Amino acid sequence: MNAILEVRNLKKNFDIPGGTLHAVDQISFTLAKGKTLGVVGESGCGKSTLGRILVGLLDATDGQIIFQGRDITRVKKAQRKALRREMQMIFQDPLSSLDPRLCTMELIAEPLEIFKVCPTRAELEQRVRELMDMVGISEHMMYAYPHELDGGRRQRIGIARALALDPAFLVCDEPVSALDVSIQAQVLNLLRELQRARGLTYLFITHDLSVVKHISDDILVMYMGQMVEEASSKELFRTPMHPYTQGLLSAIPVPNIHHKRRRVIMEGEITSPVNLKPGCRFAARCPHACNRCRQEQPALLELEPGHFVACHLALELRGDAAAYENTAQ
Amino acid sequence: MEPLLELKDLSVKYFTSDGTVEAVNGISLQVDRGETLGLVGETGAGKTTAALSILRLLPDPPGKIVGGDIRFQGESLLEKTEKEMRAIRGGQISMIFQDPMTALNPVIRVGEQIAEVILLHDKISKAEAERRALEMLELVGIPAERGSEYPHQFSGGMKQRVVIAIALACSPALLLADEPTTALDVTIQAQVLELINQLQEKLHTATILITHDLGVVAETCSKVAVMYAGEIMESGSLADLFDRAAHPYTVGLFQSIPSLEEDVDLLRPIPGLMPDPTALPQGCKFHPRCPYADERCRTVQPPVEELSPGHLVKCLRFCGGAEQAQEE
Repeated sequence: MNAILEVRNLKKNFDIPGGTLHAVDQISFTLAKGKTLGVVGESGCGKSTLGRILVGLLDATDGQIIFQGRDITRVKKAQRKALRREMQMIFQDPLSSLDPRLCTMELIAEPLEIFKVCPTRAELEQRVRELMDMVGISEHMMYAYPHELDGGRRQRIGIARALALDPAFLVCDEPVSALDVSIQAQVLNLLRELQRARGLTYLFITHDLSVVKHISDDILVMYMGQMVEEASSKELFRTPMHPYTQGLLSAIPVPNIHHKRRRVIMEGEITSPVNLKPGCRFAARCPHACNRCRQEQPALLELEPGHFVACHLALELRGDAAAYENTAQ
Repeated sequence: MEPLLELKDLSVKYFTSDGTVEAVNGISLQVDRGETLGLVGETGAGKTTAALSILRLLPDPPGKIVGGDIRFQGESLLEKTEKEMRAIRGGQISMIFQDPMTALNPVIRVGEQIAEVILLHDKISKAEAERRALEMLELVGIPAERGSEYPHQFSGGMKQRVVIAIALACSPALLLADEPTTALDVTIQAQVLELINQLQEKLHTATILITHDLGVVAETCSKVAVMYAGEIMESGSLADLFDRAAHPYTVGLFQSIPSLEEDVDLLRPIPGLMPDPTALPQGCKFHPRCPYADERCRTVQPPVEELSPGHLVKCLRFCGGAEQAQEE
């Protein structure tokens, strides 16, 4: 496998009044070039923090990030700047991530100017036109400001900015969550076409499970800062093994009136991973939790080739997973 | 039997300095007692404007109901005085807003906020109202002792439960729920939808559920109306819309959603964007984005056609019967 990114035991703690918040805790994965890793989880599970650490917007507390064979966990400012040509980020809300006083042309030109990619004004304009064409913004919007554009077009500008320096790796943090469903589909198609044409690698962060299934090769499920399950997209949706993943999948409202299934309603809510007690972090909401779950933290084990689960009971529950699969079909 | 709520050819406009926004353009719909209608559409389709019109809560100016009628329990709401409307709001018709964080008063204990609406509508003592408020809290799954806490002490899902308790405190006949679960995580959304379903069965409240999520509609509603650019493009039973969707916009909406059941390489989105509501296209409002649009669609306003009893669609392809369209 041609790995572009390898993350080992990544940790991020925040000191807050009242203790330490374990926002990201022992995350490890390998991402192959040209593939998409989906990261799913609910609000506060640490998925955005993970994305921000990878592109260097936050420093890791512990662990290692190896990008294109090089350890980039702690790099100097100049190196970090050089790295930005290789890795970029697409943000959730294009209205707050774009400078309202810059027009389309200036917004897309900004990264090109910072890295002095185009020696002349004419070349710069030519490159911006190419980028606009690539993401599907028509030329007459070159001098429009963000407030004059709709959400879909704004997000296309965000994508053009991220792609301006021809990076190899993109962190997409909820890039379609703010968009209406018909526009969301347009942007998802654009991301997939760009990936194919330019061999891009994506880390795709979202809370929307149907989006993540559509776009990802592999999926990592996070709960309270930790990974609870990782598998290929197909495998995860066919046989979810962790009780949290099972609950998450069964909670999605499906737009099909003939889709009858057993719904697992999870009790309770996510709390913050502050001053943690021992044991599995999901135990308080888990319908299967036993004494061992409350005392001992489960390790992430490879139960099937490429399918990792952190649950003491996963093997016993597999019978349940098979039953889930039957009812889902 | 007379429907509980009937909108007849309702039109609402916003008169702004940038032009007249045609937010709702001649919509007609009916809600019977105890039934749940899903009102589906994308941002700017006019869903929330329609709901606010029912409660006569449109910001005026700039909003004005310019045509049609709203009949509730056989009486026109447009002829009511402001005082009569105040008795109806929260009493017989109540509303749940999208964002529970901004719907609650941050400096009043939640128990008092529920008691407030009960005191406003029923002639009972304060102690009695407070007792009923705590009962409502229990009903929505919050322990009564939390009634003395403030909204910031509750999570998002719990706040939405408090909002639901306030909305249902006076057993309204009609509940308008405007994207009640959009701000919530999916596992919490499942809890809240389950709660709304249960309470509906218990209290026989009719509901208009405004949402953009067809999955939520499939699980909670019995009837659906699809709005686009201020018009109802298609309406009917759940089976009419999910199994026999006729309008090209409804079909496009379904095709835009990534499926959990099958793998597709590329989605089939609806091309183009929502039209500018200050300059709506002539003819069919959807024609600039419609794959079937022809010359007639550009000029002729499609009439409402009944494909089968209760299944209404506004598209020229279906004029003269569905058979003709299917042959094409």
